[in-house]
Amino acid sequence: MKIAVCVKQVPDTWAEKKLSDSDNTLDRASVEAVMNELDEYAVEEALLISEANDGEVVAVSMGPERAEETVRKALQMGADSGIHIHDESLKGSDALATSLVLAEVLKDRGFDLIIFGSESTDARMSVVPAMVAERLGRPQLTFANKVDVDGGTVKIQRLTDYGYDEVEGASPAVVSVVEKINEPRYPSFKGIMAAKKKPIETVALAESGIDAGQVGLGAAWSEVASAAPRPPKAAGVKIDDEGAGGSKIAEFLSEQKFI
Amino acid sequence: MNQAFETPERVALAETVRKFTAEQIAPYLSEWESAGDIPLELHKSAAALGILGIGFPEAVGGSGGDTVDSLIVVESILAGGGSGGIVAGLLTHGIATPHVVDELERRRAAGDHAGADLLENEFVAPVLAGEKICALGVTEPDGGSDVARLRTSAVLDGDDYVVSGAKTYITSAARADYIVVAARTGGPGAEGISLIVVPTDTPGFGIVRKLDKMGWRCSDTAEIVLDNVRVPSSYVLGAEQGFASLARHFVAERLTLAATGYATGQRCLDLTQEWTQQRETFGRPLASRQVVRHTLAEMHRQVDVARVYTRTVAATTDHENSTLAAVMAKQTGVAAGEYSADRAVQLFGGAGYMTGTEVEMHFRDVRVLGIGGGATEVMTDLATRLLGL
Repeated sequence: MKIAVCVKQVPDTWAEKKLSDSDNTLDRASVEAVMNELDEYAVEEALLISEANDGEVVAVSMGPERAEETVRKALQMGADSGIHIHDESLKGSDALATSLVLAEVLKDRGFDLIIFGSESTDARMSVVPAMVAERLGRPQLTFANKVDVDGGTVKIQRLTDYGYDEVEGASPAVVSVVEKINEPRYPSFKGIMAAKKKPIETVALAESGIDAGQVGLGAAWSEVASAAPRPPKAAGVKIDDEGAGGSKIAEFLSEQKFI
Repeated sequence: MNQAFETPERVALAETVRKFTAEQIAPYLSEWESAGDIPLELHKSAAALGILGIGFPEAVGGSGGDTVDSLIVVESILAGGGSGGIVAGLLTHGIATPHVVDELERRRAAGDHAGADLLENEFVAPVLAGEKICALGVTEPDGGSDVARLRTSAVLDGDDYVVSGAKTYITSAARADYIVVAARTGGPGAEGISLIVVPTDTPGFGIVRKLDKMGWRCSDTAEIVLDNVRVPSSYVLGAEQGFASLARHFVAERLTLAATGYATGQRCLDLTQEWTQQRETFGRPLASRQVVRHTLAEMHRQVDVARVYTRTVAATTDHENSTLAAVMAKQTGVAAGEYSADRAVQLFGGAGYMTGTEVEMHFRDVRVLGIGGGATEVMTDLATRLLGL
């Protein structure tokens, strides 16, 4: 069984992020970059399925030069090889362009399963897995809390607000996983050393057969016109309870439209 | 910055150990501090990540890696919210097992494969897998650092050695499955000493008492007695090679203690920096006071100087000629740790004096670093001799 796990390099989840002055895209240079936390669950799930089925895991990432670190992290965790899609023209790509590139690169490589984290901690749209499934014309089994692979069928528990739905589709399928699904492993020292020798294939845009005009900031369907920092915290409202505290709190909450 | 510490693999190792510590050690540390030991389970989970095998060759079940990797483990345990006690208790094999490995390699080189396999299967592999715990027994109740005069004896009787004596301040002895004991098999002086593996379930072996300590409380320490303990002669790790074997690993041991010192100092600095930014006195954060910022800058200076020096010594592979540098690294690392922990308690104020505050633990823990592994006075004296003064 051949599994692709898509991983994204994002600015450190806890760091203060800012947009660059020139084009209002994320200023990636100013903060430490890490593997998107939710993708760690995707890698773990890919490894668990691969270990149970004597499979192979390929970590795939689209991103700037240093995104190779994130592919390498997946290899340290145990993935067998990596694909790094890297091209200057990809900078500023939106979800539509990202899904286009990923689908083109993934389509003819014989994957039985393509696994994503359910969202990235920077863009937080949760749409790329669904878009890739749509572009590939394959079942989209998103927001999985549990994944079972049984021959040519992939069954998941899709986490919902009220519990879960059982959804299944034929392999090859596109799965996205939520953080409740497993406990990601840390790379062991052995895994770290082994990753040094694992191959990472670098794919440029031209090799994927996509025209540069279809991707990047210029082709994005939306544009950040301007941005302003969140205003500093204002002092709160203090209510002294002299008998009518309860109703004053209710009044306040009602004014703020909380109740 | 020292490039050897910044390779992608070592950055990843540091992250793994930091996360492991933050998730599997820090939440339970105060419980273990009260209990006076750490569970075998922790050894197993550390082994699964290859942490226990670092610095040991893969051919004997280790993970590979060298002194630099070992120091990264120590630094990251402290950075992740661990303690000197964890370093001492979880990594005790770092001072005991190398002697077993040395003899194992000597036997392999000499073609004694059965003898080598015995050591590997019984003593090395289970420890690196986190299944067994070991300790090193050198210090005696009336001897202190004076290894050359130790009195524990081992007498050949048939195919066995009979070991008799007492040892004290033995880290992890109460939990240990075996102890590498320094005993006199030959004449007086350093040349008569051998290291002998003594399984703790051998008749005649006893724990006299667990010792109650100022710091390193999660790391158990005990006094032991050896009353005619009979072990096979194949458990001797090189007849009369004991002192040389101990001396060969002094550099690595001193660098580890140096790292424990400056890494404790760094952790205290990090905690104090956060505290002084949040804590308000007289209507302003503590960190807004120049006297406080100067203290933080001085903590930073001492810690960083110790770290850069120690890392540089660790990154040179020529340990045979690093004795003086390792001695100075230990002195500098320990001093940085002591200064930083002391200032941390001061700036935490009343909170820093309360039992259970992390800096309070470090303040007590750091005190032993200038006593164990070569007391500060012994180190200074050694430096004097090495400098020809």
